[in-house]
Amino acid sequence: MYDIAIIGAGVIGGLIARALSKYDLKICILEKENDVAMGATKANSAIVHAGFDAKEGSLKAQLNVKGSKMMPEVCRELGVHYKNNGSLVIGFDDEDRATINTLLQRGIKNQVEGLKILEKDELKALEPNISDSVSCALYAPTGAIVCPYDLTIAAIGNAMDNGAELKCNFEVTGIKRDDNDYEIFSRNDSIKAKYVINCAGLYSDEIAKMVGDNSFNVHARRGEYILLDKEAGNLVSHTIFRTPSKMGKGILVTPTVHGNLLLGPTSVDIDDKENKSTTQGGFEDIIENAKQNVVAVPIGKTITSFCGLRAVGSTGDFIINSPKQNFINVAGIESPGLSASPAIAEYVVNLLKENGLELKENSTYNPCRESAHAFCDATIEEKNKMIKNNPAYGRIVCRCEGITEGEILAAIHRNPKARDLDGIKRRTRAQMGRCQGGFCGPYITEILSRELCVPFDEITKFGGESKINLCQTKGGKSQ
Amino acid sequence: MEKKLTCIVCPLGCELVVTEKNGVVSVSGNTCPKGEAYAKNELTNPMRTVTSTVLCEDGGLVSVKTDTTIPKEKMQECMQIINSITAKLPISVGDIIIKDVFGSNIVATQNRSK
Amino acid sequence: MKDLVIIGGGPAGMSAAIAAYESGVRDILILERDAGLGGILQQCIHNGFGLHKFGEELTGPEYAWKYEKRVKELGIEHKLNTMVLDVTPDKVVTATNSEDGIFQIKAKAIILAMGCRERSKGALNIAGTRPAGIYSAGTAQKFVNTKGFLPGKNVVILGSGDIGLIMARRMTLEGAKVHAVCELMPYSGGLARNIEQCLNDFDIPLLLQHTVVEIHGKERLEGVTIAKVDANKKPICETMKYIPCDTLLLSVGLIPENELSKGANVDISSITNGAIVDQNRQTSCDGIFACGNVLHVHDLVDFVSGEAEIAGKAAADYINGRQKDKTNIVINADGKIRYTVPQKITEQKDVKVYFRVNDIYKNAKILVRDGDKVVLSKRKPRLAPGEMEYVTITAEQLKNAKTLDFCLEVQ
Repeated sequence: MYDIAIIGAGVIGGLIARALSKYDLKICILEKENDVAMGATKANSAIVHAGFDAKEGSLKAQLNVKGSKMMPEVCRELGVHYKNNGSLVIGFDDEDRATINTLLQRGIKNQVEGLKILEKDELKALEPNISDSVSCALYAPTGAIVCPYDLTIAAIGNAMDNGAELKCNFEVTGIKRDDNDYEIFSRNDSIKAKYVINCAGLYSDEIAKMVGDNSFNVHARRGEYILLDKEAGNLVSHTIFRTPSKMGKGILVTPTVHGNLLLGPTSVDIDDKENKSTTQGGFEDIIENAKQNVVAVPIGKTITSFCGLRAVGSTGDFIINSPKQNFINVAGIESPGLSASPAIAEYVVNLLKENGLELKENSTYNPCRESAHAFCDATIEEKNKMIKNNPAYGRIVCRCEGITEGEILAAIHRNPKARDLDGIKRRTRAQMGRCQGGFCGPYITEILSRELCVPFDEITKFGGESKINLCQTKGGKSQ
Repeated sequence: MEKKLTCIVCPLGCELVVTEKNGVVSVSGNTCPKGEAYAKNELTNPMRTVTSTVLCEDGGLVSVKTDTTIPKEKMQECMQIINSITAKLPISVGDIIIKDVFGSNIVATQNRSK
Repeated sequence: MKDLVIIGGGPAGMSAAIAAYESGVRDILILERDAGLGGILQQCIHNGFGLHKFGEELTGPEYAWKYEKRVKELGIEHKLNTMVLDVTPDKVVTATNSEDGIFQIKAKAIILAMGCRERSKGALNIAGTRPAGIYSAGTAQKFVNTKGFLPGKNVVILGSGDIGLIMARRMTLEGAKVHAVCELMPYSGGLARNIEQCLNDFDIPLLLQHTVVEIHGKERLEGVTIAKVDANKKPICETMKYIPCDTLLLSVGLIPENELSKGANVDISSITNGAIVDQNRQTSCDGIFACGNVLHVHDLVDFVSGEAEIAGKAAADYINGRQKDKTNIVINADGKIRYTVPQKITEQKDVKVYFRVNDIYKNAKILVRDGDKVVLSKRKPRLAPGEMEYVTITAEQLKNAKTLDFCLEVQ
């Protein structure tokens, strides 16, 4: 019997798990995929928004501003890269200027600090590669960037180090309320818990329906992105947004914490919650729009493109409530969900308290987790010490990103443990560089096979049937 | 009868034309005598080198080749023979791994220590 | 301090080392990232190597072994499992491995011989899902030839580069079915002999002017949509066709790996993606040389070895103060000739200038002009982008030359 079951190991579930692991509670995180951070968390703009976007008074506005303030400390404790690079909403004409003024006023009401309107000259001095036809911009010095899956992995790892459990490949198929507890079923397993927190992202409406809450729906909004080589990472230093219009928020151009350049997202509402296909139209849309905002975007330096699905709720605001006793929805967490995530976690803890959950401090709680980038960020002297202690740190496996076997072994053996090639990629960045795993993929497959004691041809890209190899060529096995 | 071929003897890849007239076969388009021989052979008995790998006793692989060409239509059969055996270690480049496969020997093209 | 540090122990690095040794340099160190010497040749188990160099047909590992044996006979020092992290313009090399940790070596001369990498799927922006089962041809080659595993059973190949063609045959021999090779261009990027012996021998269709427009499948690849392209390389909707398959191999080009070179401030050509060099394969950085696929992508390893010998010997001359700089002749290539290597000549001696054309030409004439003066004229019956060509310019022809303009006359 668990005290708490959290459904969904995305950034929201992850940070709630971590916030609850401060207390003496038996926590279980249930995830339908083979790894954490596999839904909307995996593919979004990776932005910590300043908080001028959301309508004043909304939960989105309140939690965004608060979350964005909490983020640096959370990232420091979890060893996650966070960069306060500031953001710019750029405008081209009078209509844009009017919108920018509205955003400024809204931002002031939302208590966003340091907002300022910049005129063309100041703007060009700050960002020389911005389009020449720009007229003004809203500058938000508190805007920042973070890696959403890095944050999620670290938060869940930290929660697990503090006692929480993680069950992957546990797709919730039903929830039964008996007496005072919930029983949660997957196809071949079940667990019991006193409290259930629904952070199931795109599927949170379906989970809510399992306990009889039909008050909201969630649909998928497709967002396609293009990621460029680190050689293009210095094109801009701020996150560049287009002034929002009737046509939507537009394409942003931003550096990532890893030093790449990210372009996107498109924004298309779709019915299929599984359709993560990129489209030819999407590429063209991103490229055309990005080029309007920033001059000389080197599209030739593309290293990958991908599509994420945002979980858009039917109410227009975050849906954080308790429709049934001891059951909490954390749904419709679209943008600025990542920015708000630390504040959402705190908000949910309070909601649980209101639901009668007794919170006793966990005496062994440690808020800190050793950074996944500890080796990478170390000085040469420190690195040499680490190599001496563990020679695996002297073997570079991923040549593009300079990732060592030591870091890959840590990803496999630290909480939450990597089980597949993509899991290694998100934890270490190995396979994420310009060759996209062409060289290191076979080595990493071998390391996973060896460390997990799983046959080579059973290693997958991301669980399920996503096998890398289909059979052995020699020795007569499974031909 | 006239037949067009791409010569595979060397990377030049000459475009060969083989003509048969009253039982006399003539070749044009070649830049060397090997090309002529290849073209004539290709009409009657096409031959190929097979390269592959053989499983070693330690579970690793060693790369191998047929040390001469074998009939083209025997390639898959040759692969079956190659895939059916396990080689003893150590192996040096040139060691015969399997003798007399369609008139050729399967030889190692790599060194493998124990 | 080392006289000569060579980055990369593949065919280029080993040839360069041997040539430098034979030109009198003894204090040589080869740094190789893999567990053995030979580079990518170790997974190229097919034959077809060495006809120019040794007059016999060798497999990749056999070709590599000839050089490895020589490196070992000469006692040339080499560190394996060693990755170079940085090279500075003043020739300090930083590298790492398990035994030495991160270490620095100052060199009198450096030869860059890091090779190239395959263009990845990400760079292509193919629409659709991102399932398992999509590999560059070289990655599949590594799985099949060195690990003994088959990454797929029903295969479509995009791109007709040589590795793709070789893998079509290799996977067929190991029991896979290759359904088609799609090539965007109206001609193949691979050698004609490979189309013959790797595709035609196994009745694998080569679909010219075709591309993959969409990837299907959630976990493992389930199929691809292919389409014919028009003259602007845009897919023609009516020709779209779904092919069920579990594997897509990409053989869409090779890119010299010049991240280290860029760190050393070596000037890079935007056409070859390799360093700009003189006839000695010396880069814009004094005492830093480049050869092999890191300089420009070769189709034959024999040419890699030849080029590396030039670089090795020149590095030896540089170390021993025997280098002569006299002239400065810039080589220009017109549009039909995509590039030349070298791009400049600094010494009046016989120089072989290698080049590639940008399209298929028949009965074309290569003209080398110095101003209005035709220095050299040579007829070529057939030229193709996939096949590197060369002309030799003699010391005599270089006399008084300022620039050399390479152009192609097509009837």
